Amino acid sequence: MRIRLLPRITGWHPIAITLILAGTIAAIARFTYGLGATTNLSDEFPWGLWIGFDFLGIGLAASGFTIVAAVNLFHAKEYEPIVRPAILTAFIGYLLVVLVLIIDLGRPDHFWHPLVMWNPHSVMCEISWCLMLYTTVLSLEFAPIILEKLNIFSPIKWIHAISLPLMIFGVLLSTLHQSSFGSLYLIVPNRLHALWYTPMLPVLFFISCIASGVSMVILESLILSRGRRDFLPTPLRANLAKIIAVTLAVYFVVRVQDLLTRGALHELTTLTYYSIAFYAELLIGFVIPFALLLIERIRTSRRGLYTATLLVVVGFAFNRMNTAITGLEQYPTQTYFPSLIEVFIMLGITAVGFSAFSFIVKHLPIFEAVAASPRIPTEAVAGQPEPIFLSREGGDLESS
Amino acid sequence: MSQKKAMLIDLTLCVGCNACQGACKEENRLPPNEEKYLSLTAYTALSKYNDLYIRRMCQHCEVPTCVSVCPVGALSKLEAGPVAYDGEKCIGCRYCLQACPFHVPKYEWSSTKPRIQKCKFCASRLAKGLQPACAEACPTGATMFGDRDELLVEAARRINAEPAKFVPRIYGKDDVGGTSMFYISPVPFEQLGFDSRLGKTPMPMLTMSALSKVPNVLSVGGVMLGGIWWITNRRSEVQAHEAALKKGEAYQREDNP
Repeated sequence: MRIRLLPRITGWHPIAITLILAGTIAAIARFTYGLGATTNLSDEFPWGLWIGFDFLGIGLAASGFTIVAAVNLFHAKEYEPIVRPAILTAFIGYLLVVLVLIIDLGRPDHFWHPLVMWNPHSVMCEISWCLMLYTTVLSLEFAPIILEKLNIFSPIKWIHAISLPLMIFGVLLSTLHQSSFGSLYLIVPNRLHALWYTPMLPVLFFISCIASGVSMVILESLILSRGRRDFLPTPLRANLAKIIAVTLAVYFVVRVQDLLTRGALHELTTLTYYSIAFYAELLIGFVIPFALLLIERIRTSRRGLYTATLLVVVGFAFNRMNTAITGLEQYPTQTYFPSLIEVFIMLGITAVGFSAFSFIVKHLPIFEAVAASPRIPTEAVAGQPEPIFLSREGGDLESS
Repeated sequence: MSQKKAMLIDLTLCVGCNACQGACKEENRLPPNEEKYLSLTAYTALSKYNDLYIRRMCQHCEVPTCVSVCPVGALSKLEAGPVAYDGEKCIGCRYCLQACPFHVPKYEWSSTKPRIQKCKFCASRLAKGLQPACAEACPTGATMFGDRDELLVEAARRINAEPAKFVPRIYGKDDVGGTSMFYISPVPFEQLGFDSRLGKTPMPMLTMSALSKVPNVLSVGGVMLGGIWWITNRRSEVQAHEAALKKGEAYQREDNP
């Protein structure tokens, strides 16, 4: 079924190639001339757009751990068709974030230092470790898809044997660093605006990443099943939407209650640059999509869901950028606006991500292998390990 | 050198001669131009508020924020008091710039191998038993070097001796958990650009409240997720078994009409 109502990106290839080229040139400039000449970062504003992008990338890639946990730890097997897309999204997301982090470092050649020089008191150290370990976990979760294509089965067996502890480890690592991105700002109570600074930052970052991660999965399923068979049945998608609605509600309550207990609510009574940014974030990303998702007609309509989940993702982006940039603008004497080179590097890397995703989807069994019903006949897999990674013995009820 | 060292800056004695900055620049081989704000080439700087000269530099905190945030331990607190920096370890994440409550570290933005620059509390001179270059150069005694404990007593003595002359506060005594630089002033510190809302708790405690939960999340979370898997897995095994049984019964019925 073709959905013509959804916006279709035409001429994607030339756009992507242009963006990637521009990004590459920008990256070369950054490495040749240093951060000072190519970015608008300064002593007063040492972190900018790229850190915001990292927050965004990691948050949107949260689907990787939420869906894996739901399907393989909580045995919500009906969601199995979206495990692979979710893992792929997360894998690409994390690789890109690591890439941006390395570009962002003043000494990219020292990027390996956290491996050997530890400081357990540093949130940054914890995040570096979590990112490295979780990217490893994701590559192991993703490897079977490639190996399967290449007809190499022995490593799959090996990965399969450790898949349970691997998945649990991955979920724990995600929980830690998703919240730790919020913890980064715990140390700047004097700089971050009261609307965003709260001891609850890690908790809020964690809750919101669940909503955004699941929204990304829905968006992907909607966009990618355009013009082909829908790999995620509507009732399942509607259920996921309910999970988002609940998460948004929990976030809203925690956030507002936190403002109340900290006595920061008065910041919202006047319209300032900050209160407007706050309202925009909370309305677009939380209140409006929550209201929309309460309506069953929207949860079961593709267009409705598309709108609601897109709002969640946009609001999430607002939230992270507000924490990383807007909320910090009150303190420094200098304000910050990203330079063209910063923007180009970010867009180029985003384009790499989207291109990699569509390329992999085209060439590897991301959707096909688990496309809803007809399961791979038992005889075909006899003697070989279960080809559907992470399904373990469950899930394949009919074939047992 | 077992005693912790510190400096006391008495704003009433400073005449703004800038000898401290000159000596600092000479000691650290920096260009000798006069600078009003901290920069890559000014580890200390004098700025004027009404009739007062305020000398700034790294506070060399007792529990330094920068040391706690650095992921690779490029910053460290020495026993004698200085907060030292090792550019060879630094990865350039700039978290110290973001986190320092006093906005002290400056970054070599124009370099392709950037480091941070800040006052070193003349750690190498201290190790030789000398006092910092700035304290040695100060002609009026506005900057006084000594043991931390003794300087605190001295600061309190000066305030108590002339309560009309000073505001009753030693800045740096216990701000952010205490620093190595103490200021005493005739006017409230807020009017001089000092952040007086930083509180007495060291900043790193804010992070530790979250970081200390990491082991708990790992252990409790691991056991819980494992347990959930065990229960849900058992449930689907039972379901599968029942489904198989039913299938079997159905076949039997088909076989024996």
